[in-house]
Amino acid sequence: MSEPSPTSAPLSDQVMIDMQGVHKWYGTFHVLKDINLTVRKGERIVICGPSGSGKSTTIRCINHLEAYQRGRIMVDSQALTNDIKQIERIRREVGMVFQHFNLFPHLTVLENCTLAPIWVRKLPRQAAAEIAMRYLQRVKIPEQANKYPGQLSGGQQQRVAIARSLCMNPKIMLFDEPTSALDPEMIKEVLDTMVALAEDGMTMICVTHEMGFAKTVAHRVIFMDGGEIIEQNAPALFFSQPESERTKLFLSQILHH
Amino acid sequence: MADPHVPHPDLPPPASAIGALGWLRRNLFSSPFNVALTVLALYLLLTLIPPLLRWALLDATWSGDNREACAANRGACWIFIRVHLDQFLYGFYPEAQRWRINTVVLLLLLGAAPLFIRTVPAKLKPRLGLGLLLVYPIIAIVLLKGGVFGLVAVDTSSWGGLLLTLVIAGVGMTAALPLGVLLALGRRSDMPAIQTLCVTFIEFWRGVPLITVLFMSSVMLPLFLPAGMNFDKLLRALIGVSLFQAAYMAEVVRGGLQAIPKGQFEAAAALGLGYWKSMLLIVLPQALKLVIPGIVNTFIALFKDTSLVLIIGLFDLMNIVHNATTNPEWLGFSTEGYVFAAAVYWLFCFGISRYSQNLEKRLHTGHKH
Repeated sequence: MSEPSPTSAPLSDQVMIDMQGVHKWYGTFHVLKDINLTVRKGERIVICGPSGSGKSTTIRCINHLEAYQRGRIMVDSQALTNDIKQIERIRREVGMVFQHFNLFPHLTVLENCTLAPIWVRKLPRQAAAEIAMRYLQRVKIPEQANKYPGQLSGGQQQRVAIARSLCMNPKIMLFDEPTSALDPEMIKEVLDTMVALAEDGMTMICVTHEMGFAKTVAHRVIFMDGGEIIEQNAPALFFSQPESERTKLFLSQILHH
Repeated sequence: MADPHVPHPDLPPPASAIGALGWLRRNLFSSPFNVALTVLALYLLLTLIPPLLRWALLDATWSGDNREACAANRGACWIFIRVHLDQFLYGFYPEAQRWRINTVVLLLLLGAAPLFIRTVPAKLKPRLGLGLLLVYPIIAIVLLKGGVFGLVAVDTSSWGGLLLTLVIAGVGMTAALPLGVLLALGRRSDMPAIQTLCVTFIEFWRGVPLITVLFMSSVMLPLFLPAGMNFDKLLRALIGVSLFQAAYMAEVVRGGLQAIPKGQFEAAAALGLGYWKSMLLIVLPQALKLVIPGIVNTFIALFKDTSLVLIIGLFDLMNIVHNATTNPEWLGFSTEGYVFAAAVYWLFCFGISRYSQNLEKRLHTGHKH
């Protein structure tokens, strides 16, 4: 894995995501409790924590795959309201990569990548295909363009999913445990792709348990438990001097298995 | 350094596991019970097939043009079918105008053919299909009904035979599928009003027998309409059949929609696709592909259910064959008539079934949910 020098590069002051006092309930179950999170342009954030801690729910609120009941979210200076048109406008600027890839199995790799640019961005077919091939090149699988997702390995599928998101030219990328469903030998190819993306200055929020990735790429690591942000810090400090007991326990469990 | 590992060479399978012998062993004689079944089946075939062949082919009468010609033979009297064939195909459609039916069928074949030819570019096919769907029915109605462009008007009451069966089945299928898709989407809608409406509609139509629907449409409906207003009996039957089948289709499609993983909806939403685009581009293509067997099942049932229109006095293939068997000149040939009707129904239904299997195979992209 190459070594970008994330912490030293100066960050822009422009705020890309601003979550203020966000609460969410599933019925009576309080899943998110007062989430406050500000992400600046170019910033790379890793969210970790035990399962059920609300990490995924938090990032899924940012593109409104999950509704929230209290608080305020601003994405790229636009308020994320319940208005479907506004939600769709914001989703165009926010790419998302899922744990289970969620590629469209009835479309070829190329069609997966060109679908949204053609139907949402209204690009001509030809232009969309050129952009798609560029991004497929970047995730190093242009030769698979005419295959169907079912014919690819997990790692390849996840790289296609990343390319598919990038084709919409998003300002923010959300990663929801992108390597958790992969066989061990495929994790590296996906992480390498994400590192390359980080080097290009993409604003990223990544829910992951890949602590190596967090150490080398993240500006900030956030630890969540029980629907709350327990602790956040630069990776160097986060891993060497965790403040809370819960963070220490979590780190000891995932780093020493 | 140790020798590199040399894999063991592949051995051929034992002779008893492959070839004709292997097939027989696996499929017909794998257990004592299967041996018994095989013997029993052979016995039944040997007792049934020869008499059947004798009746239908060897002892049958093929030439002649009256029933006397059949008297000499003990087999089937196919003259009965030949004499009535035009009636079976065209119903009571005026003989001089039958070229119009032939033209309609020919146009359909010509229009639909490019959709089934693989060398036609895939990009053109949706446009061709849509054009066919929008333009063809108009041409067909004008040609069949007439009354414009100097064509003699032919009342729908004189439509009949295979023509009527195909009209009802064709209209029923083309109306039921899109309506069913809309109903299925409506039933899964987040909007309570739409959901209730669709659930009520589906449950109502699924709760009543088709015969009742047809009966109501021809006997009850005129009672509710203002005096003097009366619309075509065939049209009422078509609407009844379409709505009835749409309710069934809706449940088939809903099964497909439920099988699509939540991740597909989320991925489409995350890319900024709206409801209709994600349904049309992502969800429905997958859902409909999954339920092709169910859709075809409904289509085949619909094709055969068209025979129920005899209850409201329409002369579809079944009814017109039945009618011919009661012709005093040709009494006693109902077996030939019904065998012919069954063969025609079977031919169409089997064709639909084979085409759907072929479609499933072609749409398979190596992915199973």
